[in-house]
Amino acid sequence: MQNKREITYLEAIREAMQQMMRKNPDVFLIGEDVAEYGGAFGVSVGMLEEFGKDRVINSPISEDALVGVAAGSAVTGMRPIVEIMFSDFITIAMDEIANQAAKIRYMFGGKATVPMVLRTAGGGGTGAAGQHSQSLEALVAHIPGLKVVMPSSPYDAKGLLVSAIEDDNPVIFIEHKLLYKNKKYIGHVPEEVYSIPLGQGDIKRDGKDITVVATSFMVKKALETAEALNQEQGISCEIIDPRTIRPLDIDLILESVEKTGRLACIEEACGFGGFMGEVAAQVAEKGFDFLDAPIKRISGKDCPVPYSLVLENEMIPSHERIKEGILSIFKNA
Amino acid sequence: MIKGKNENTDYLDIDNHKIRDAFKELPDSIKIEMLKKMYQIRHFETQTEQFIIKGQIHGTCHLYVGEEATAVGAVYALNKDDYITSTHRGHGHCIAKGADLKIMMAELLGKATGYCKGKGGSMHIADITTGNLGANGIVGGSIDIATGAALTCKMKYKDRIVACFFGDGAANRGNFHGALNLASIWDLPIIYICENNQYGMSMPVKESFNIAKISDRKLSYNMEGLTIDGNNIIEVYNTVRHFTDYCRNGAGPVLIECLTYRWKGHSKSDAQVYRTKEEVKAWIEKDPIIRYKKALIEEGIITEKQDAEIEAGVKEEMEQSNKFAEDSPFPDPSQVQEDVYA
Ligand SMILES: Cc1ncc(C[n+]2csc(CCOP(=O)(O)OP(=O)(O)O)c2C)c(N)n1
Ligand SMILES: [Mg+2]
Repeated sequence: MQNKREITYLEAIREAMQQMMRKNPDVFLIGEDVAEYGGAFGVSVGMLEEFGKDRVINSPISEDALVGVAAGSAVTGMRPIVEIMFSDFITIAMDEIANQAAKIRYMFGGKATVPMVLRTAGGGGTGAAGQHSQSLEALVAHIPGLKVVMPSSPYDAKGLLVSAIEDDNPVIFIEHKLLYKNKKYIGHVPEEVYSIPLGQGDIKRDGKDITVVATSFMVKKALETAEALNQEQGISCEIIDPRTIRPLDIDLILESVEKTGRLACIEEACGFGGFMGEVAAQVAEKGFDFLDAPIKRISGKDCPVPYSLVLENEMIPSHERIKEGILSIFKNA
Repeated sequence: MIKGKNENTDYLDIDNHKIRDAFKELPDSIKIEMLKKMYQIRHFETQTEQFIIKGQIHGTCHLYVGEEATAVGAVYALNKDDYITSTHRGHGHCIAKGADLKIMMAELLGKATGYCKGKGGSMHIADITTGNLGANGIVGGSIDIATGAALTCKMKYKDRIVACFFGDGAANRGNFHGALNLASIWDLPIIYICENNQYGMSMPVKESFNIAKISDRKLSYNMEGLTIDGNNIIEVYNTVRHFTDYCRNGAGPVLIECLTYRWKGHSKSDAQVYRTKEEVKAWIEKDPIIRYKKALIEEGIITEKQDAEIEAGVKEEMEQSNKFAEDSPFPDPSQVQEDVYA
């Protein structure tokens, strides 16, 4: 019997980059401190040694130029992976993301491709405060032409990153800081290259009483809460991780809601204008008849991410808040 | 000790600029206060490092140890009601501008009594009452904010100016160009102070720039600019003081590059693989505090004993600040959504 190799989320991401760079000389990594330092979170440690300075490129602090340069190189035949240290800084490159990379193909009448991946670390829980903790996926998911990926496990991270690199569209790949190195979240990852199609969700836990859609680190919190709810209340949660929020696997969510009749949506981002609003709207439009109770969103509080631990814990959905939110759906029914 | 110092005149030659030796004219009390400020920064940072090690600081911190002469020299050249903007490595600017150590430390510990009521932490300390428009978690984020403050000065508070601190790394942000060009075409009263501490995180200046001096960028904006020894507080003071008059007279923006070095790692976690121990050691030998202290002793302004007393006083003050910060309550979770809107 072969042992199933378990690695961290960070190692899975690194392995996807390494294997794709070995396979295709057009793939390269560019970003701030990605070379000797190995990236702010250590994702690219060791890659400079293997691929050299020409393919693991340290950049000055110029996020806008970096993303624009990546788009320009992608249009002309390269397949760049740009690392933006914190997802908060994608706002600096928003023109390059939203007006350039996302639209080049369409505006040129389908005559160009922009095969680039923008990898970035999102989310809070690290005490990094308002400019280093945001969950901004809705900003990019709003833009047609972009694909947006938010993996929650090492297995998904590798398979989705391989797909993202192979994809001919600009892909925003949002990683979560709390998943990178935590041994609690290691998981099985095959050594060979494999891919997970962008746009295919995954049922992380089978259940029958309620459908819980969650993304990124919230998948972990939802899973932990589901166990508690099962033990304490006998409520069986089905947890769905869309994995890519654009394209969105709405069919998987609808199938589940048809079975359970209830929907809770959990996101770390502020709820107002957030991605889970999209999920809720699509389920209301396409699956209203399946619902036995109103849909409930459990989101980050409507404020910037605060610094102090007590405030941060209050802002970001906690296990307790998720549990209460789910229970409230049953009380309503 | 003081570059280009000439006993016979009151002018110094600093990077081909004729700079008046205004430091000479300062009362001894101010010269001593400047030393005290440097000690405050050094000991505040040393204490912060202790709190980090003990796990009492939830987020990250960027320490200013080794760069004290730049913040203190520059801020002391300003008037009290002038504005500054700071950076992620902001404790030094904040202390130099007159912030209260205990309220700062309370913020680092995430307490309700801190400058930002625990909402901002190290990277967002601001003290509007002392003209400190804030640290910034976005590298270069304050360059255009400072330029906007300079626009206010030009339009409304005509006797005020702005000093904008930023790192070498920040000078490569796109907004650096936009802001300096605006300041130039509008003749704004602002001194851009680039703290060239040789690295932006792991990126050496010699790899992120292809020019000899960052201050050479003055040419693009037709503004005054020069590169000085940022570890020599007297040189920093004199240069900034010279250009405060220049700015107040409506002559427009200035770009001053201060050469210095960060002694500590970039942030909480940094294995420092990108530099050698020898390099760090060589810079530690250029300790800006020891240099200044020696200059004051040489000039007979203080004695060794007085210097020791000043430092001891600062340590004592730090003890009290720590106690205040540790004893302070955490914010109440119910306050999380306060202060979002005016
Ligand atoms: C826009 C932006 N990009 C990247 C970062 C991450 N980061 C924080 S500090 C830093 C280096 C800044 O270098 P420099 O401006 O020279 O200041 P120093 O840290 O050397 O004082 C980087 C890359 C950030 N905070 N903001
Ligand atoms: Mg620097």
